[in-house]
Amino acid sequence: MNVGIIELLTIFVLAAFVGIEVVSKVPSILHTPLMSGSNAIHGIVLVGTMTIMGQAHGTVQVTLGFFAVLLATLNVVGGFVVTDRMLEMFKAKPADRATSPESRSAESADGAAKPGASS
Amino acid sequence: MTLFTWIDLVYLLAVIGFILALKGLGSPKFARQGNLLGAAAATLAIAMTFAIPSVRHAGGRLILMVVAMVIGALIAVPAARRVKMTAMPQMVAIFNGVGGGAAALVSLDAFLILTQYDASVGKPAVYRIVEVILGVLIGCVSLSGSAIAFVKLQELITGRPITYPGQQVINAIVGLAIVGLAIATILTANVALLVAMAVLSLVLGVIFVLPIGGADVPVLISLLNSFTGLAVAASGFSLGNNLLIVAGTLVGASGILLTRMMSKAMGRSLANVLFSAFGSVVTAAGGADGSADSRPVRAGTPEDIGVLMAYARKVVIIPGYGLAVAQAQHIARELADLLMERGVEVFYAIHPVAGRMPGHMNVLLAEANVPYDELKEMDEANPEMPTADVALVVGANDTVNPAANNTPGSPIYGMPIVHADQAKAIVFLKRSMRPGFAGIDNELLFDPKTTMLFGDAKDTLSKLVAAVKSA
Repeated sequence: MNVGIIELLTIFVLAAFVGIEVVSKVPSILHTPLMSGSNAIHGIVLVGTMTIMGQAHGTVQVTLGFFAVLLATLNVVGGFVVTDRMLEMFKAKPADRATSPESRSAESADGAAKPGASS
Repeated sequence: MTLFTWIDLVYLLAVIGFILALKGLGSPKFARQGNLLGAAAATLAIAMTFAIPSVRHAGGRLILMVVAMVIGALIAVPAARRVKMTAMPQMVAIFNGVGGGAAALVSLDAFLILTQYDASVGKPAVYRIVEVILGVLIGCVSLSGSAIAFVKLQELITGRPITYPGQQVINAIVGLAIVGLAIATILTANVALLVAMAVLSLVLGVIFVLPIGGADVPVLISLLNSFTGLAVAASGFSLGNNLLIVAGTLVGASGILLTRMMSKAMGRSLANVLFSAFGSVVTAAGGADGSADSRPVRAGTPEDIGVLMAYARKVVIIPGYGLAVAQAQHIARELADLLMERGVEVFYAIHPVAGRMPGHMNVLLAEANVPYDELKEMDEANPEMPTADVALVVGANDTVNPAANNTPGSPIYGMPIVHADQAKAIVFLKRSMRPGFAGIDNELLFDPKTTMLFGDAKDTLSKLVAAVKSA
């Protein structure tokens, strides 16, 4: 064991406490955006995939690195965009309450074919 | 200062950004800014990574790297922009899964570099191999587990728990094999053993998720999100990268807490959610298509129900996933507005796990511009239920099922519910008598106070709007 691993473990333990502390008082309405947002944050693994790509030698390592970069980009870009879309709709009290112009047409759901009893 | 000090400083800034982003995401007022701050921190860190000499001078690999990033962005942005609000949980599951996959690949690649390129230094230290094993194991479980969660939510396979004979034995064998291969990898630093362990980890992710029922998948996604965070932290250990360790651990730790809060909202322990094969007993009793139960229910006309609500003093709307599937949130708001214009007190009672993820329903109603103050969380809404004249249940089922309170044998026993049963009259807008996502029959449907209005929620709500207008 060298000093490096102990330092990293110290950072790990402290970060764990910060992580728990930071989300301890989140209202349940924000659980979904929080999950989605933290999902985007771990997309920072992209930085790791880039450094590994920088060190890679030979076809196998470079190929693995390539796919790692691709997947991590999906995670970080998609994660932040999807969370922003979610939060875009959280407005405290909208001034105009007109129906959103992009309200989409109804999707026919699977059970629509089974209306059960009559109306 | 050297270049590496600068890079570390920028990474430190990014870490602060992530912590503040998480903090912001926890408050309704700053959530959006929080997310943007997180995105800015990530962009900054990624830009700075290009300055690392081994990355900057990577030549062909640098080009490949940029190509991969462009392809990824070209796929991710449209996918995230176009996904329907109802399909949000699946989308999060996918983005989470690929993150886990990326972390596993980083760990695997780090191992290859360690054992092949640095072969001259001999066998790597045990702790370095352990870091790699953890990254590969957790990342692979998260990848394949998220994939199965996706197909469950997309209803490509049944939402019911999947059980088969000898399940426990198979799980145990896979688990033991992984432990065995991990120990062998530590002893020999052999790449083939590590790859075999990765494959078995993918299998473990699949068999771990299959027996978890559809209603519990939200909790599961949260847990897998936490796993990916830990996998990223493990790959950070392998690379000696503080940024990955802190960001991954933040997500890992907060994700586990979030997962616990979510299972608590369902009145169950996390272990119970994960290992009880929830619902497998019930499916037999519930009947596959809802036709098994032939007891009579009272079906009303939109006109009757329209009058009932138009002359009520207090109407509580209890939305569920059915409302979302029918994209009926806009028309529901229209009905509520119409009733309020007539002087009826209206609010929405939101169960914490209504929809398919906690808070999912709030997102959907926010999309329809329903103001915050009309949304009441379950604990706030329940004391008002006995004074409500009408409880209008739109596409919800399990979250109002009284079996959670009074049937100790029921798989959802103990889960807090919205007390629709205490209202003076209950109206169910449902497509059919089919049981809810948990696959459990709901006694409330047969209650004498209950009126059913069958059909697509958007359609029946439009009829109710017309009926209230003419009442």
